[in-house]
This record gives sequence, C-alpha cells and structure tokens, in this order.
Amino acid sequence: MATHFILNGKPKTVDVNPAMPLLWVLRDNLNMTGTKFGCGMALCGACTVHIDGEATRSCVTPISSVAGKKVTTIEGLSATDSHPIQRAWIEIDVPQCGYCQSGQIMTASALLAKTPHPTDAEITDAMAGNICRCGTYDRIRKAIHRAAELQAGGAKSASADENSELVASAATVSAGGAE
Amino acid sequence: MSTQTNGLDRRNFLKTGLAGAAGLVVAFYLPGRREVLAAARLDGNAATPDVLNAFIQVAPDDSITILIAKSEMGQGVVTSLSMLAAEELECDWKKVQIEFAPAAVVYFDPAFHMQGTGGSQSVNSAWKPMREAGATARIMLIAAAAQKWGVDPSECHAENGVVIHTASKQRATYGSLAEAASKVTPPQNVTLKDPSQFKVVGQPFKRLDTPIKTNGKAGFGIDVRQPGMVHAVVERCPVFGGKVASFDATKAKAVPGVKDVFQISDGVAVVADNTWTAMQGRKALDVQWDEGPNANVSNETIFKGFADACATPGVVSRKEGDAASALSSASQKIEAVYQAPYQAHATMEPMNCTAHIQADRAEVWAPTQFQTPTQNTAAQIAGIKPDQSFVHTTYLGGGFGRRGWSDFVTEACEISKHMNAPAQVTWSREDDTQHDYYRPASYVKISAALGPDGNPTAFTARVACDSISRWFFGPAAVSNGMDSSSVEGISDTPYDIPNILVDYHMVTGPIPMGFWRSVGASQNGFFLESFMDELAAAAKKDPYEYRKALLSKKPRHLGVLNLAAEKGEWGKPLPKGHYRGIAVLEAFSTYVAEVAEVSVDKDGVKVHKVTVALDCGRVVNPNIIRQQAVGAVVYGLTQTLKGSITIDKGRVQQANFDTYDMLRMNEMPVVDVHIVPSEETPTGMGEPAVPPVAPAICNAVFAATGKRIRHLPIAPEDLT
Repeated sequence: MATHFILNGKPKTVDVNPAMPLLWVLRDNLNMTGTKFGCGMALCGACTVHIDGEATRSCVTPISSVAGKKVTTIEGLSATDSHPIQRAWIEIDVPQCGYCQSGQIMTASALLAKTPHPTDAEITDAMAGNICRCGTYDRIRKAIHRAAELQAGGAKSASADENSELVASAATVSAGGAE
Repeated sequence: MSTQTNGLDRRNFLKTGLAGAAGLVVAFYLPGRREVLAAARLDGNAATPDVLNAFIQVAPDDSITILIAKSEMGQGVVTSLSMLAAEELECDWKKVQIEFAPAAVVYFDPAFHMQGTGGSQSVNSAWKPMREAGATARIMLIAAAAQKWGVDPSECHAENGVVIHTASKQRATYGSLAEAASKVTPPQNVTLKDPSQFKVVGQPFKRLDTPIKTNGKAGFGIDVRQPGMVHAVVERCPVFGGKVASFDATKAKAVPGVKDVFQISDGVAVVADNTWTAMQGRKALDVQWDEGPNANVSNETIFKGFADACATPGVVSRKEGDAASALSSASQKIEAVYQAPYQAHATMEPMNCTAHIQADRAEVWAPTQFQTPTQNTAAQIAGIKPDQSFVHTTYLGGGFGRRGWSDFVTEACEISKHMNAPAQVTWSREDDTQHDYYRPASYVKISAALGPDGNPTAFTARVACDSISRWFFGPAAVSNGMDSSSVEGISDTPYDIPNILVDYHMVTGPIPMGFWRSVGASQNGFFLESFMDELAAAAKKDPYEYRKALLSKKPRHLGVLNLAAEKGEWGKPLPKGHYRGIAVLEAFSTYVAEVAEVSVDKDGVKVHKVTVALDCGRVVNPNIIRQQAVGAVVYGLTQTLKGSITIDKGRVQQANFDTYDMLRMNEMPVVDVHIVPSEETPTGMGEPAVPPVAPAICNAVFAATGKRIRHLPIAPEDLT
C-alpha cells in the first residue's frame, strides 16, 4: 500500500507494508542510512527523527502513521551542516564512535526548536532517552547550551577565532576543566 | 564511505613499490618491529628486504592522505595517528584525510600476531614510525623544491604545507612539489624534532571524524549498501552450545518479501528484501533446539564452581616472600570474598557484517577490530586463499573488545555463499545482548596480614574465572593453566608488601568470554582497590594516606594519586550527606587515580562527581584524552550502578536496554579530568580510566554507610 509523506522537504511515496517501521523504510528502501538502528523498542533513541517537528523514535513508528506528515532526518536537518546544533557539536567535538549521534542531534534540535534556551533540567529531561555508550553526555549538554547561543545569534561565532577550526573549544579542553 | 580503500588496488600498490599513485608516497613500516613481522610473513616473499605497510601520500592537489591500519571505534585513533605524521610533515592540517588499510599480513600488530586494534596500544606503537614517515616526506619535498630553485636544501624550510626558500622567500606548495619529490632518493636516517619544537603533538586538535559524525555521513558497517544485496537475520539457540534439531520454515517463507530460510552454522538464517521483513520471517519461524549439555547452567552453578575451586591452591601468578607464614603469625588478619558478574559490551551499533562470496573472490565490509580473522574467515568459507579475500574496515559504532570476534563475519559469509549474492546480516539488540563474548564473571578470595603499624605484611589473592585467552586464542595458549588477563589488575598490585601470593583457577565453562574495555582490570581493579580500602579501615588510617605510604617506590602511581586527591579536594569539607572514595590503578602502562563523590539515600547511590588524574606519558591530543577519560568513567559507572548479565537454564536472562540498561544523561556526574605532565613515551587512553571507577564509588559508599560492597553492580539490599 502506498504511503505519501514529506521527507526532508520533498514529497515522497513508498509502497511497502503499512506496518513497516519508518526506520527500516529510510534505511533499507530509501538507502538513507544516517538514521540508526539501536534497539527496535524506543529504548535508546538512536533512530530519532522529527515528525511534524516532534522528536520521534522511528523504530516503532509504522510507515502508515506518517502519511501526510513532514519527516525530517539527519540528512535533512541542514544542507551544509549549518544547523546550530551541528555547528555546536563540531565546535565542542562531541562524537566518539558517533553511532548514536544522529539520534542525539535530532532529539536536541527538536528541543531547541521549542525551548530556545533550555535549562540543564530541561536538557536532561529531553535527552535521557538517548543512550550514548561512549559517554558523551557532558559534551552533549555543553553543545546544546552553545547551540542555544548560536541560534540566538548573540554569542560570538566561534569561526571568528582563527584557531577554532582546528582545536576543540576551550570550554571542552581547558586544563582541569570539568567535562 | 569515502575513507575506504579498494583492497585489491591498495594491496598491489604496496607490493609493486607504490607505482601508479599520484604525487609523493612515503611508505614505511608500522609499528616498527621488523623481526616479528618477518616471522609472521605468509606470502612466501621472505626475500623482501623491507616490508612497507603504511603510507603518507602527498597529492598534486595538496591533499595529504594517511593510511590508518587501526580501527576507529570512537577512541580517536585516526586523528591521533595522523597528528604524529603531521607533526614532522609540517603540512596543512586542514588538508589531511585518511584511508583505512585493507587486511594484509604486512599490517600485523606484533602484540596480537594479527592485524587488529586493542590493548590501548595504537598511539604507543605508532609514536616513532609515524613521525619518522612524516619527516621523510618533508625532507623529500624540501629536496624537490631546492632542486627546482637551484639552492641547497639547508637554505629551505617547510611550514603549513609550503616549502620556503628562507632568503628569497620563494614558495612552493607541497602539491606542486609532490611529483618531483617522488623521484628524490629517500633519506636513510631522519632526525626527529626535539619535543620543545612540537607544534601539533600536545594540541587539543578536533577529531578528523567529527563532521561526518554530525551529519549522518559516517559509514558504519550497518550502513553498507551493495548492488543486489539481501538482508538477513539469524535465529540462534538461546542456550550456549546448543544446536538446531529441526525447523519448519513454512510460515516464515510465507511472509511476503522473505527470499529464503536455511540453516547456517550459528542457527537458522532468514533472508529478505529488507531487514524488517527478515525479522518478521524470523518471528514466524519454528525451530526445535537440541539444547545440549548446558541447559542447567546458571549463575548459581557457575559461582559455586568458582568457590569450590578456591578451596585448593591454584596456578601461581606471583609469589614473593612467604605469605602463608606471615598470615599465620599475624596479629591482625583480614579476609574477604569479592565477585564480579558477566558484562556485555552493548555497542550502540549492533553486530553486523556484509559479505560477498564468489568463486574466486571474497569481499567483506565489516565493523571489525581484527581484520586478519575476518579475512581468513571469509577465505575459508569461500574455499579460496586469504589473499583472494578483501576486507573493508568501516567505522565502528563502538567496539570495547566485542568486535575482535568474527562470529558475525562467519554468518554474513555463509549467507552470501548460500544466496550467491552480497548479504548483510544484522543482529537485533536482543541478539547482541544474548550472544556476546562476555566480560568474565570472576570470584576472588583475598586476604592480608597487618603489622603493628597497620601496614600489610602479607597479601594473597586467589582468583577463579574462565579465561579470555582460552576462548580467543584456543586452549593451547593457556595450557599451563595461566591467563594473565584473568589476574591483571590484582597480581600486579603496586603496593609495597613483603609477602605476596596470587594464584589462579581457570574454571572453564560454556559462557563465551571476551575482551571488555580494560579487560581483567575491569574486575580485578575493583577487587584490589576495594580491599585496600578495607585494610585502611582496619588500620584506622585515611584511605588516601594509607595508599600513599605504600606507593612510595611507585612515582607514577603516586603522581596520579596525589593529583586526584588534590583536585578532588580529599579531606576538604563536603555538602551534608556527601562522601568521597579513592582508587588508583595502572592498566596498559597508563596510570589513573579517581576520587568519587557520592551520596546514598533510599533511592540508592547518587554519584555527584568523579575527579580523574591520569598519566599516559606525553600528551598527544588532550582533547581526545579527555574524551576517553570521561567515556571510560561512564563505562565504569554503568558496571557499578546499572545491570549485569546473568545466566539461567544455560541462557542469558537480559535482552534489550529495558533489562540491561546503560548510564543515561540523568545519572551523569560531573567528571573533572586532570593530566599529569610527562615526557615518557605516550601510552593508551582507550581503557585505563575504567578500572578505578567501581572501587572509588564503592569506597565512597563505605564512607557514607559503613557497608562494604563486595559484588557488582551495587544492589539496594547492599546499602541497608
């Protein structure tokens, strides 16, 4: 049965079993592998995408349920990695193995869209469903705060500092600084 | 997948003396122990005077490509190794890109006698050869420029990817010189920079792989897509050692999109158009198992086996003085039993592999830590020679030791062969949790005698657990009954104690054992450093001061211990209800001490802060070292506070993250990392910050409650 929806701003039609989760339609039918399989039970957050702007676990989302809706994946978050969350992730040098990061970024960007200046408690609340086995949680927290600044446009852009392209943010690596 | 190389082309390229590559290619040998490699050489080409297994390519477009013969699983190896070359190459860091090496004998790591990544040793073994290779390329580029300008090379210098004639200020980019430099005779010896001149080493460079890990483009094993590829899942016997008795595929094959259902050596494979359909077919599959002899194995039987074994002496690992006499005559004797459970790796990317087996060629795309077994597995299943088997190493969505195994490679190869098509096998999270090679469950009987001053006069530890080396290298590797990985972290106790006896019982069983981030020290560090805390308490001494006095001959242990105590504000006032614990351990020649700050209430243990002091020799990249230290603390927190793997009826009782959860952001403490300045050769940081976490926390729990935690993870009933 054909399902029509908007994928990263463009109309998309897929003709698959209506029960098939969005995750597998993206990965196996559309070869969009940025969205990751982690648990299949909405327990880890690796598969997070936006559906009509809401952070949603695509591994438990039947494709039929997205009919007529707007789906955004990591591939569609920005054309040039320019989303404030992505810029902050690069500035703070968040990822280690990187596997969970698509899901972390999609959860964080949905948070920032609704809550432009999240508190630590709001960040924890939004992000506690996303597991990172490498343990990048504190850099994720820092990067969300930094992204809030970048999104507001009030903070100094890191790229103004010539060195910042090469080295990780001072907040990340200052001697003895808490992670 | 732009960072991957074509195995065939690259292999021939190296064999034929680097012909055909554009620009300058400097080939060299990593990690620098020729004799080991010569002994391992399998290609019959023993007359080859030099084995060159790594390269730096300077291309006409100014790009610098560095071959990385290690697996990137988050530990930052592609960045750290590239920095070593860049330090001497004087290149433009923004132009650096990497390729992963194919599988070949020339990439064997002498530590494993195979190609692989583990043991926190990549930076240590690359430290000299990578810099020498960078220097060689720089000297050749300068020589080419000097030739072009008709000047002496000594009048020129290189910086940021440009050769400059110092007097005339003439400039030439590396790219413009690359072709000419390739015809320059390489220097026989190169002089490396004095460390005071370092511009790259020691800098907190960002990781080269961060951009592709923030836009979904990093290619993990599970992301491999090949034309005509089929997707597979496998139903395996839940009981370790069990086999398929019979199966009925009728209903599975009736699921639309299921292409085939057939038996492989690990179980029954279901192959379909896509992974989800294969999973639906698997649900409809009816398999009868022959559960074999292990269907009655349980945690109770396993730990009883350990306890029974410890009634008698084991194989001696370390013996100094006469511990038995010292114990029998001691005025104060402390004894305890500690236990650690099985743990799974729980990499975020579940096990997977993609293979294409053909009549005369095997190709494997794998998130593997060990390329050699991967290559050999594919060759064996294809019935061809290893050099007809090509391995493409992808990015790894976590490794932690799990991806040293090739069980997922075997499955993909068998399925591809049967289907006569490229095949990808994907494990579910439940498969991944229930069919791991686990961190060994372990049991130790430990005792000490204290002298009148409270210091230990004797220390004994009797360890019982299964052997990782037996599982990985085979029984012949442990025929003397000893596996150093079973006792590391306790047998090498650094404390100044005159009488020491550590012995070991290799209690074999059916639960598969594997390397788990920090290996033996992950449990033995907990045993030793918790017990040292017991001794300090028995001696009525401060746990930090007690350790300090016993480490006076161990400057690097002492260095991190003192730094952790200082930065962790040991002895300073704390908020009401907060308590501190401390632990120190060396693992893989890196020294780490940690101070944990905790509170305990009706909800259990809350960890507020972990202060880490580490000494990994000279710092190559403090940004990555900090990442690894924090990540290791999270790994250690998970084994201390969260779940464990338990066995009942021969099978694992946990399945997904609801029954085997990981630490999450809401449980994340402040982690404060401090690095001891050092001029020693760099050592690894992937693992060594894991072991002190559990004892530092449990020692803090003792300070808070008076309850001694002697088995992990901490259970609510242990606190009251």
